[in-house]
Amino acid sequence: MALNKPYLDLPGTTIFDAEQSRKGYWLNQFCMSLMKADNRARFKADERAYLDEWAMSEEQKQAVLDRDLNRCIALGGNIYFLAKIGATDGKSFQQMAGSMTGMTEEEYRDMMLGGGRSAEGNRYLGEDGDAQPQHQPQGKSKGSN
Amino acid sequence: MARITASVYTSHVPAIGAALDLGKAQEPYWQPLFAGYDYGKEWIKEQKPDVIFLVYNDHATAFSLDFIPTFAIGTGAEYQPADEGWGPRPVPKVMGHPQLAAHIAQSVIQDDFDLTIVNKMDVDHGLTVPLSLMFGQPEAWPCAVIPFAVNVVQYPVPSGRRCFQLGQAIRRAVESFDGDLNVQIWGTGGMSHQLQGPRAGLINKEWDNAFLDRLIADPAGLAEVPHIDYVREAGSEGIELVMWLIARGAMSDVAGGPAPEVKQRFYHVPASNTAVGHLILENKQ
Repeated sequence: MALNKPYLDLPGTTIFDAEQSRKGYWLNQFCMSLMKADNRARFKADERAYLDEWAMSEEQKQAVLDRDLNRCIALGGNIYFLAKIGATDGKSFQQMAGSMTGMTEEEYRDMMLGGGRSAEGNRYLGEDGDAQPQHQPQGKSKGSN
Repeated sequence: MARITASVYTSHVPAIGAALDLGKAQEPYWQPLFAGYDYGKEWIKEQKPDVIFLVYNDHATAFSLDFIPTFAIGTGAEYQPADEGWGPRPVPKVMGHPQLAAHIAQSVIQDDFDLTIVNKMDVDHGLTVPLSLMFGQPEAWPCAVIPFAVNVVQYPVPSGRRCFQLGQAIRRAVESFDGDLNVQIWGTGGMSHQLQGPRAGLINKEWDNAFLDRLIADPAGLAEVPHIDYVREAGSEGIELVMWLIARGAMSDVAGGPAPEVKQRFYHVPASNTAVGHLILENKQ
């Protein structure tokens, strides 16, 4: 029997469930390794070589090299794990979260100062809110940052 | 006997810890947030708890994908602040209360809640930011802390109902301990926030404030709210709010006592990506 997954109709959101966790196991464990300073140094010195030490898929490795967090999440990454890459790069959580919307850092920060993103139109796929697939990427630069 | 005298609820946003550690608390961005905790800081000086039972979640720090306990109680003597990739926070180490923690573990497991027991782990911002908000920047934390970690990272997380029932079992456990201890229980995390995907930055003030209303006046009803409502209305990381129901379940009114007194209620947007909520509920003696 199929598992109950009532969260597949959320726009712009991937729920990190057991299936995603299985897909992303080595990607996330690679991220955990960056909590050690000497691993961070080795990764920074040669990202490709460091990634090749892990049993990650080529797609996962490329998504990390591209710092494409949406792609990382689609491939099983979890944001709390991926945050270790951001920490290695000296990025804040706000910079990381913002990078997934297509907005510039300033646009995203202004949205948060203005009270954040509204839930209106963003509860179900098929509505017309700013997080819906038909409105990606967001922001004036349209994701070219 | 030991008794739970009050519960405290607060968000545990990492940027709050960073702002405090880097001396930015008086900057215009942060000042209104910290002001919301001025009352709590004075209140807790008078309360002088002996032990805080601190419900929080680990953020891929002590628990990677190596093991993912749903409920983990810390029974160790002490815990170091974790290096989460930016270096450890410059805060005191956390002293546990092994006797009370072991007592609670045994009692709660015998009451059908299958806890994982942890004697050695580092504690991340989920635990240390609430301590900083309530105690400021002391040389040493003024009381013992029992860390209680809940999995809210990998779905499915425990239901609100399960959390609320667990809080009731924790209260029974504390009250069966033979030492005269003033115990507080804290529920942390939330409120609305989403840190991932094109929907990142979601905030829902109406939903958050309705959550606070119901947490105070109708916790049993609130405990029936399904996960999907949290995620849809309060963002994928807003699910952390189930942890507040553990603390709320441990209050005496749930076991037939009088309603608690609301000593503080505070709400602020934003702290980085997150809506910040804070409540203090005191049991009437």
